[in-house]
Amino acid sequence: MNSLMSGLYVFALSAFLGYLVISRVPPLLHTPLMSATNAISGISLVGSLVTAGGNHGVLSTVLGVTAVICATINVVGGFWITERMLKFFRRKETPAAKEKE
Amino acid sequence: MEHYFVEFSYLFASVFFIVGLKSLSHPDTARRGMHLAEIGMLLAIIGTLLHKEIVSYQWILVGLVVGGAIGGVLAQRVAMTALPQLTALSHGFGALAATLVGIAEYARHGAAIEKPQMIAIGVEVLLGALTTTGSIVAAAKLQELMRGSPITFKGQNYVNLGILAVALGAVVFLIFSPGAAFAFYLMLALALVFGLMLVLPIAAADMPVVMSLLNAYAGLAATATGFAINNNVLIIAGTLNGFSGFILSVLMCRAMNRSITNVIFGAFGSAASPATAAATGEAREINIEDAATQLAYARQVIFVPGYGMATAQAQHVVRELASVLEERGVTVKYAIHPVAGRMPGHMNVLLAEADVPYSQLFELEQINSDFPNTDVAIVIGANDVVNPDARDNPGSPIAGMPILDVDRARSVIVLKRGKGKGFAGIENPLFLKQNTGMLYGDAKGTLGKLVAAVAQA
Repeated sequence: MNSLMSGLYVFALSAFLGYLVISRVPPLLHTPLMSATNAISGISLVGSLVTAGGNHGVLSTVLGVTAVICATINVVGGFWITERMLKFFRRKETPAAKEKE
Repeated sequence: MEHYFVEFSYLFASVFFIVGLKSLSHPDTARRGMHLAEIGMLLAIIGTLLHKEIVSYQWILVGLVVGGAIGGVLAQRVAMTALPQLTALSHGFGALAATLVGIAEYARHGAAIEKPQMIAIGVEVLLGALTTTGSIVAAAKLQELMRGSPITFKGQNYVNLGILAVALGAVVFLIFSPGAAFAFYLMLALALVFGLMLVLPIAAADMPVVMSLLNAYAGLAATATGFAINNNVLIIAGTLNGFSGFILSVLMCRAMNRSITNVIFGAFGSAASPATAAATGEAREINIEDAATQLAYARQVIFVPGYGMATAQAQHVVRELASVLEERGVTVKYAIHPVAGRMPGHMNVLLAEADVPYSQLFELEQINSDFPNTDVAIVIGANDVVNPDARDNPGSPIAGMPILDVDRARSVIVLKRGKGKGFAGIENPLFLKQNTGMLYGDAKGTLGKLVAAVAQA
């Protein structure tokens, strides 16, 4: 019961904090925001890892490993694309900025 | 001892995630902040691998390597115009992971699961499953593997609500008799179907809202996973994502002057639009030379991109035209409507990719007062977001939607693929105005010709 209550506290405070932090992100960066938050919530990878490595039987391992693959795609893909996008945003034109990554 | 290390890695990860998102409030700090968030993620993963419950590593490593390779290749290869599809898929993968963990938890503990944990697993699997299938449909629509127009049938909303009600009923049933495996798998199946049914009736142009909602659901599925396995960092990260998604959905809806329920249950664009006080007349077609002359001798030009710019992959040639104009001393700005494109901020990323400095990208509220001082507004593949009927005609189906006031510019050039109507099938009186000239054809080709013509003017 105790862990449930502390979980609910964490939830309520994160919701409030999320509202404050996210409302300050300008529309300019809404696409990177979406891919960044998506990458961050790929933290459920943590749960997948415990399921995959726990030796709780074949079913658990198969589900867990599949989950690890999916969550890792989510995390790596999400951060990578965010980085790619954020590199594009510059205040002034730089003459030598034609390079492609 | 290890226990503390694990917990501290999660604590640091949480702090780094929050700092990372905070840094997104400005483009100059954004990258540094995201690097912190990446370090946080790495810490959390290393911490977890030291967890005492993990006894075998070989499969985990296989999973991490395979997933990392797929994710990296996808993210590196994808064209910026295809970003919405990739993001939708990424939501789907995250949600699928949460669903699978939920299923594994249930399969392992079954009847022994206590009430609070059952609620968490139920919500996790429900949200995870519907987000998985919903995201796949969204990605298929965006990739045009499926037609983008709404797929509807009679009584659809009742069928959908029925499915959702039964699925929720199954969760409630499970809370009281956690051993009822059939209820669990019924709930799973219904949630998968519900995700499909939720996105099928949604028009392609409403995708920004749906993308934001799926983003929120994927986050909340992670939150529920956090409750199910008692892990605070999951609760924090998932909730941040969930709220971010909801805030974006609200912003997108506001930018269309519609409610979320209207977007989800409205199947907008499928119904025959009511007859408006349709302006009559012919749209005036102009030729490249006329357009080039107007542009070349203007003092200020505002570009207004829409999804048509993305489909034509025309962002780079837009930038080229802007450069030629700037060399002649023309002031160039870009006006971005919040729902232009298929996901929030889509146009900004495309133009930034084409090397447009972000100081030239303006939001609706910032730029609207500037149109009357503008010689030429050039609309590239946008339609409803510049429809003056939304502002002036209360009978219009999009009445009240905030628009970019391009019609107030001294002259308007509209680049349009063909003579058809916008997605909602609504006449756009902008095209019939005296000071509007139409250039039909592929935007990329037309812009290329404009670049050449302006250079000679």
